[in-house]
Amino acid sequence: MHLDELYKRVIMDHYKSPRNRGTFDDDAVTVELNNPTCGDRISLQLKLKDGVIEDARFTGEGCSISMASASMMTAAVKGKTVQEALAIADDFSALMTGQEPDFEYEDILALSGVTKFPARIKCATLAWNALKKGVLEHANH
Amino acid sequence: MIGRDIRKWFPILHQDINGKPLVYLDSAASAQRPVQVIEAIRRYYEHDHANVHRGVHTLGARATDIYEGAREKVARFLNASSADEIIFTRGTTSALNLVAASYARSVCGPGDEIVITPMEHHSNLIPWQQAARATGATLKAIPLSPDGTISLADAEKTITDRTKVVAVTHVSNVLGVVNPVEEIAKIAHRKGAVLVVDGAQSTPHMKIDVRKLDCDFFAFSGHKMCGPTGIGALYGKKSLLEKMEPVEFGGEMIDFVTLEDSTWKDPPHRFEGGTPNIAGAAGLAAAIDFLESVGMDEIERHDREITAYALARVKEIPGIRIYGPQENRASLITFNLGDIHPHDVATVLDAEGVAIRAGHHCCQPLMKWLGASATARASFYLYNDTEDVDRWIAALIQTKEFFGHALG
Repeated sequence: MHLDELYKRVIMDHYKSPRNRGTFDDDAVTVELNNPTCGDRISLQLKLKDGVIEDARFTGEGCSISMASASMMTAAVKGKTVQEALAIADDFSALMTGQEPDFEYEDILALSGVTKFPARIKCATLAWNALKKGVLEHANH
Repeated sequence: MIGRDIRKWFPILHQDINGKPLVYLDSAASAQRPVQVIEAIRRYYEHDHANVHRGVHTLGARATDIYEGAREKVARFLNASSADEIIFTRGTTSALNLVAASYARSVCGPGDEIVITPMEHHSNLIPWQQAARATGATLKAIPLSPDGTISLADAEKTITDRTKVVAVTHVSNVLGVVNPVEEIAKIAHRKGAVLVVDGAQSTPHMKIDVRKLDCDFFAFSGHKMCGPTGIGALYGKKSLLEKMEPVEFGGEMIDFVTLEDSTWKDPPHRFEGGTPNIAGAAGLAAAIDFLESVGMDEIERHDREITAYALARVKEIPGIRIYGPQENRASLITFNLGDIHPHDVATVLDAEGVAIRAGHHCCQPLMKWLGASATARASFYLYNDTEDVDRWIAALIQTKEFFGHALG
């Protein structure tokens, strides 16, 4: 087990310089999710219009893996339709079970090393669970 | 025979984790157990198992002797007046839940108070939230002083004539604070309340004397003191236990049953419905024998010394933040390393073979008070020595370097 497999440079870059970190001043779908076993917390905001995620931002507290994953997720789903975003989220779940799906936003692949650290998988999936919760709750309104 | 020497009895400690010899610094979450305990469980299943308090046959009698013998041992270990004051439970959580569900719900009503502290583990908080909600009682907290301790003056102010139950931890699993439970018991009794002590973090490390503390209830877990998981006990004063209704019903706890009605056995069996954890009790008895063969005073001295050494060494690391008081602290150190998230610290340490805890330690209100979403914690026990501390320190320095590079 090598730490470099987990803490890849791309992950550290997203942790140090998160993409889409912040909040919207005006209306947006907001979803709060936390990881009760460790205290990680994310607040995700989505601008949804005509079934398209026009913009996404997040704030939160957590480890490098959870925050880097949130940064990558927002970058990956911006401009995608809800269906496309859910498909990317499914691919991410597959990545976390050791499969090798392709991602248009290739930074995500850096998180594949997390599968070798089972205790950290829940860190990586937090933001993606927030995405799914956000779009599904919005669809039910 | 303490420290490095005692490790010969702990097979689990003799292994490599990620290519490095294991340094186990998570005993506050769960301690490891010596072969004496593992053997006692094995011996029980191989030679003596049957159900207790039932059969006329020999094995049934042996199992009953082992189970009730363990109860006697726990009573002596805590210096209870009699074994009838010891109820076997799954652990501290179920012991505290029993007091909250039975005692508190019978004595509390609207306008009454249950008093806790902000440093309680969720297991000594949520049962009281639930009891307060069910009875209309108010849940109040003795405030924390800036250093994380509670003052007797604040206890005196918070506990009033309307207080029915005071529930405090003996030792905080985050701050390492040792609470003055003996003095709090006096205040509680003067106001007509009972004192419930969460002894999960104190019982493994110091001699407990429930009669000297004069607490009314005292709960602990076997697995934090070298015993098996799934067994612990509740001590309760006999006069209180006799007034309490059971919360679980079924076999083993009844006296006389008709289709319409039933009567209960006397305590403690009234509170032990169903076939109990007999093997767990056998293992717990062996753990008590083991700890007493080392000596509780000796363990306390060792744990204090190693914690003092660890505290002095960890303070040398620039950017380290230590939570809790600097003196009179139990054998654990809760910390954060600069801006590095405790999960990341714990992962890098694990790669070095060093096991620590990271997270909110089941103390979310306390984390909020500390202003930290999560912290890391190293905890020490009788099998740890200064070499373990040195490995921990070295791994922390490596963590800083790794994240310095990774983030640089």
